[in-house]
Amino acid sequence: MHDLFSIFQYSFFTNAIAAGFLTSILAGIAGTYIVSRKIVFISGGITHASFGGIGMAYFFGLNPFLGAAFFAVLSALGIEWATSKANVREDSAIAILWSLGMAIGIIFVFLTPGYAPNLMSFLFGNILTVTQTDLIYMSVLAILVTIGILVFYRPVLYTAFDAEYAQTTGLKTQLIKYAVATVVALTIVFSIRIAGIILVLSLFTIPQSIASIFTRDFKAMIFYSIGFGFVGILVGLIGSYYYNLPSGAIIIFTLVLIWALIKGVSKIVSMSKPPSYPPK
Amino acid sequence: MEPIIKLTDVYAGYTPNKVVLKQVNLEVYPHDFIGIIGPNGGGKSTLLKVILGLLQPFSGSITFNTQQNYAPANLGYLPQISSSDKSFPIKVIDVVLSGMMGKKGLIKRYTRNEKEQARELLHFVKLDKYANSAIGQLSGGQMQRVYLCRAIINNPEVLILDEPNNFVDKQFEGELYNLLTELNKKMAILLVSHDVGTISSFIKTIACVNESLHYHNTNKISEEILKTYHCPIELITHGHVPHRVLHNH
Repeated sequence: MHDLFSIFQYSFFTNAIAAGFLTSILAGIAGTYIVSRKIVFISGGITHASFGGIGMAYFFGLNPFLGAAFFAVLSALGIEWATSKANVREDSAIAILWSLGMAIGIIFVFLTPGYAPNLMSFLFGNILTVTQTDLIYMSVLAILVTIGILVFYRPVLYTAFDAEYAQTTGLKTQLIKYAVATVVALTIVFSIRIAGIILVLSLFTIPQSIASIFTRDFKAMIFYSIGFGFVGILVGLIGSYYYNLPSGAIIIFTLVLIWALIKGVSKIVSMSKPPSYPPK
Repeated sequence: MEPIIKLTDVYAGYTPNKVVLKQVNLEVYPHDFIGIIGPNGGGKSTLLKVILGLLQPFSGSITFNTQQNYAPANLGYLPQISSSDKSFPIKVIDVVLSGMMGKKGLIKRYTRNEKEQARELLHFVKLDKYANSAIGQLSGGQMQRVYLCRAIINNPEVLILDEPNNFVDKQFEGELYNLLTELNKKMAILLVSHDVGTISSFIKTIACVNESLHYHNTNKISEEILKTYHCPIELITHGHVPHRVLHNH
């Protein structure tokens, strides 16, 4: 037990915990939106497209996250625009964007002279290397997103639930969709630090899957997701420290384990009692 | 009397080279109860989209003369339910309250009164005990009733219903039409339906949409009328057109 507390003395570890907490807030809110609107695949496209930005930023000697944010927001708006016009095969368009972003990223990383040392951390993430500056950016975004969902809860919820109907009530749904798409893209980019491009989306979906075992209400789902997300990150973080394994992978593994356990228990419980939902 | 909604020479469609609605004229007055009929693909849904402001017409004009000043107009809309609604994590009462969104704007909170009003409407359609259930836990017919509450919570001047009898169970269907007759005292109603036989006794007038729109100032439907107005809907295969409809013509 003494060992467990001693690791909290290291600043990299407390930084990691703070980053984990901020990420669970961001992923809890944005992920609930993604999962409810069933745009997980789109979000995957945005995540991978952002690698193009990372590669280009490397090449031009800029902050890679700036590049990633730029590409992510651009592709998020692009997808939202494309899907609002009919006649676009959405899934194909996303797949093209997905691989195009990765391709651009790889080309520019290869064109950059010298070895790109942090490439692996972009692909798989490393929560233990989070810096003070990262934390400041994440805090600002987390505060903005939290205030945003508190103030605009109903417009966002109603647009996500039934955009066409919301539009008939006079709501500017297209504007809301673009705004939310931008915010979601930013939350994904800032969470890449934690779990990497390849794994990050699981932080936006597994906590929500666990949450949906307990609730079918948007607001409650956000709270549950934040809670389970943070537990998963915390356990994964400690596990990765002790077993010296990549943090991103351990976090995901922990979350899936929690999901499987709770799902299993809830199945057993629901089998032993009559269904609680109203009959027809 | 001024019409609440007036469509003048509306041409509309989804791609410029394929016009779905041609030269459509329609006026909706207070207390109208118009049954909108027509074949599948004839443009019924497109017409609703144009009226609801979801689709910009190619040409022609649509004007609203309502007491409300918020966009697009004070319309209540009951869409067809889609299967994707089922899995969305949202409470029944929140769905009903979304009907007020246009009036509330982006940041205004809902008052206790308004929540009470939503509950009363749910009580009205016998679903008050499900107010805090998830929408996906309801049956198709129950969902439709929730959507009806959402459509009327704002006291619209025109209520627009898209195939409301698709999912509603037989038991509620009769109640639904009684309810609509009651609501019609306060608001105009546009009712899209393929079930001509059932609706003919409730509606006051008929608009037949098959690319163009033919307005028929009666609720009596016969094959001759439909033929004259090039409105090929399947009266015979429905099999149970009420008698009085047929011999009245």
